[in-house]
Amino acid sequence: MFAHFDFGAIYRALPYLFREGMTFTLMLTAIATFFGVILGTIIAMMRLSSVRLLSQLAALYVNLLRALPLVLVIFLIYFLLPYVGQWITRAPRPVEVGALNSSIITFTVFEAAYFAEIMRAGIQSIPSGQVAAGYGVGLKYSQMMRYVVLPQAFRTMLPVIFMQTIVLFQDTSLVYVLSITDFLGAASKVAERDGRIVEMYLFAALVYFIISFTASRYVRRLQNRLAIVR
Amino acid sequence: MAMITLKNVDKWYNPQFQVLKNCTTSIDKGEVVVVCGPSGSGKSTLIKTVNGLESIQGGEITVDGTSVAAKGTNLPKLRSRVGMVFQHFELFPHLSITQNLCLGQEKVLNRSHDEAVAKAHKLLDRVGLTAHADKFPGQLSGGQQQRVAIARALVMDPICMLFDEPTSALDPEMVNEVLDVMVQLAKEGMTMMVVTHEMGFARKVADRVVFMDAGEIVEDEPKDAFFEAAKSERARQFLSKILSH
Repeated sequence: MFAHFDFGAIYRALPYLFREGMTFTLMLTAIATFFGVILGTIIAMMRLSSVRLLSQLAALYVNLLRALPLVLVIFLIYFLLPYVGQWITRAPRPVEVGALNSSIITFTVFEAAYFAEIMRAGIQSIPSGQVAAGYGVGLKYSQMMRYVVLPQAFRTMLPVIFMQTIVLFQDTSLVYVLSITDFLGAASKVAERDGRIVEMYLFAALVYFIISFTASRYVRRLQNRLAIVR
Repeated sequence: MAMITLKNVDKWYNPQFQVLKNCTTSIDKGEVVVVCGPSGSGKSTLIKTVNGLESIQGGEITVDGTSVAAKGTNLPKLRSRVGMVFQHFELFPHLSITQNLCLGQEKVLNRSHDEAVAKAHKLLDRVGLTAHADKFPGQLSGGQQQRVAIARALVMDPICMLFDEPTSALDPEMVNEVLDVMVQLAKEGMTMMVVTHEMGFARKVADRVVFMDAGEIVEDEPKDAFFEAAKSERARQFLSKILSH
């Protein structure tokens, strides 16, 4: 099998793979993480709210999305979003959303459910005695959250958020079902065009492995640095 | 003059379970009152109602004339004037000792950073921990952490102090270093409400002893009367168990 292994095929495809494919993969990962963390924080706050309706809505959101396969959500949003857009804008025809926007929305919405759970766990991991001590010195709720709970919760959450981002980085490859050229999509196109299936998929695997493995090693080091001695 | 008053205080955790039943007592300015009783008797809950960390469903509590449970009360402001020391210290683990002592001063009392640090160091000196000012709570022993916690309460210039079992989470050899600080504080005339099993401390500095059982204040007596001739059978039993060693 490796007798005919053509390193040249990989080398020639590099500019396309990275300039087109990896750029898109990293962009989608970054955008979905950024908006996912914001949306996730809002959902986590709702989930921890004492207003029952808010917490139940948030729980429904999280449980629903965590119970569905990502590919299914990608398809659902891709096919349903134009009709939702039509219904909202009362347009005569389904609104054109496009594969790119649709994938950004999908990953943001999907990842927000996971980020929300990470944040909720982080905030709830702070012992109630800390809350009492914060109130005890006279802090208001917002000050107590800002100076006592969140700084501690953040240290627990941050490594987990990064790990989830690494998972997201790998999951973005699923956009190939929408014919978007991400890194894996680019590799697969070259593989079929040049008939170099083994070379391209092995190379793609190697790249995903190196990036994910290096990143998770870094997160582990970060985790040790952030740990609080109790 | 009464610094802290509790009048017919009722608290339910749920409709079936009443933790505080019609509790009434008061603590004068400069008085030291020890609250004792078997575990589960409601003494920790009682002391936490004084600065509003636990809500009440009936009765009234006042601190320096301000009603704690009334709707319009500025609880953060009231709490900033009442020092509280917890069983498990509850220092902020992500902040250095000095930062622990400055947080309330800067964010609640709006003192300048320099002013807050100077005050923090003064109080650390007082509890004998100047050398540890830049360490983190996790680097100190339990006894040292509890002394820092007392200093954290004192930097706010409180009008009274609440101690919720301040020595019961400590190794035996560290109990005295904490009690010494408390005795000193009592001698200086601080108004103190102390939930504790340390009967030696009670004998030494308490003016009165409140004995609780099953959510009720069973006895509220001057110290000598309580130790020499507790009126209720329950208190006598409690004392015989706790003092027999």
